[in-house]
Amino acid sequence: MVDDLVTRATLAGAGLSLATGPLGCFVVWRRMAYFGDATAHAAILGVALALATDLPVTVGTLIVALAMALTVAGLASRGWAMDTTLGVLSHSALAFGLVAVSYFPTVRTDLSAWLFGDILMVGRADLALIWGGAALVAALIAWRWQALLTATLNEDLAHAAGHAPARERLVLVIALAVVVAVALKVVGALLIAAMLIIPAASARWLAKSPESMAGLAVAIGVVSVVAGLQLSLWQDTPAGPSIIVAAAAIFALTGALSRLPAGRLAGRRRG
Amino acid sequence: MPRVQGGRMTTLIEARHICVRYGEDEVLHDISLSVVPGEIVTILGPNGSGKSTLLRALLGIVPLAAGTVARAPGLRVGYVPQKLVIGASMPISLRRFLSLPVRVTDARAAAALARVGLEGKGGMQMAALSGGQMQRALLARALLADPQILMLDEPTQGLDQPGEAAFYRLIEEVRAETGCAVLMISHDLHVVMAASDRVICLNGHICCEGTPRVVSDAPEYRALFGLGTRGALALYRHEHDHDHNAPHDHHCGHDHEQGRSHG
Repeated sequence: MVDDLVTRATLAGAGLSLATGPLGCFVVWRRMAYFGDATAHAAILGVALALATDLPVTVGTLIVALAMALTVAGLASRGWAMDTTLGVLSHSALAFGLVAVSYFPTVRTDLSAWLFGDILMVGRADLALIWGGAALVAALIAWRWQALLTATLNEDLAHAAGHAPARERLVLVIALAVVVAVALKVVGALLIAAMLIIPAASARWLAKSPESMAGLAVAIGVVSVVAGLQLSLWQDTPAGPSIIVAAAAIFALTGALSRLPAGRLAGRRRG
Repeated sequence: MPRVQGGRMTTLIEARHICVRYGEDEVLHDISLSVVPGEIVTILGPNGSGKSTLLRALLGIVPLAAGTVARAPGLRVGYVPQKLVIGASMPISLRRFLSLPVRVTDARAAAALARVGLEGKGGMQMAALSGGQMQRALLARALLADPQILMLDEPTQGLDQPGEAAFYRLIEEVRAETGCAVLMISHDLHVVMAASDRVICLNGHICCEGTPRVVSDAPEYRALFGLGTRGALALYRHEHDHDHNAPHDHHCGHDHEQGRSHG
């Protein structure tokens, strides 16, 4: 069954959703959208690093994404004007990455695979890597869940309870770098942030608790992957962007549903 | 109730000569204070006097440039932050909020909600709470830590006067029931004065401290908050009507050594 490329692609996307669902919730709650973008854009630079040093691409991506995420987190803690700083870092990382990979002819011909993913070319080894990385991120977030939530609501509250908010921030930074490294093959550097934000934002329309929001974000991610892949096969469109198109459609749909004026949702709320 | 340790009444928390700097700015200068079990201590000071910084320094959130903070071993602190902004992006009910960061049983959550007058409101979304409900929700969560000391940072900000009075009454009731100490910050005077055992008047350093009566008679206090008017409400109004800035700060500075030592 795993020999079928559509099945493998679906499993890859589903595995990724396991991590992007809960992590995406924190990205939404903590307003880290641009932060996610900057880290994801650095992935292309990681590809160049890997090619220049003969490291596996995932390792190169992980190193550069981690460096970028730590840099951004460090600047944020020093109170830099984050909107501007992140804009500079995010776009510079992308531009430097694109210039750097242009020195490698094999990548140059295949650039769109790094930018938009190549989910239909996911092999068994990739699948193991994606599931391994995603499981790691999901386990990390589950382990730190209570502390992460508290620190996200109010860092002083977490501090007074004996947690170190800086450590929880580091957990998210590491999780983000791992997700970027394993998601590169699935949706590409340009759309990783979309995979984090859109399912979580859709889940927000329906959820009544942080836990249900994370769970729904995973489910919506999986549905987006399945629907996007079908769209891609049917219309012969690129798979990565098709997944995000499906996710965006779900966002619009859940948004519209949750705003129905009727007592339908109100009834559920009091349930 | 008060525990005895090392042969004397245990102080719950004690700051010795602490200084805090933000860059070049010395926000807190040579502060020493302690809180013993069961007492209500209020830190009073104008805006920018370092009140919140002092509380955060005692909690270990901001680093000290000098001095030490000693806490009783295993001290359980219930902290109520100045305000909690829960954006619309996070769906979280009041009941779920009470289980942060430590999960509590439904029975304990219900009891805490009842204690602060929010019985049956556990299903409400935090983002839908009014200002007064939010403050009481924060207090309920702090009480679930079974605190030996409650630390509250301007807990009545944004409440109207009846709401404010009701909140301070609640604090006194909680103290009477549980015997916990209370260290709170305020910039308003009238209600706080009545509810406190001890008042510390802060403006970057401790200007004066003592019982509410002693403090309201102190010249340092009047320099900060009023020009000799004794009526509590009048004092309260003064703070808003008049401008008390640099000259008073300096005046206060001269008395600093004295002010601290008579505590």
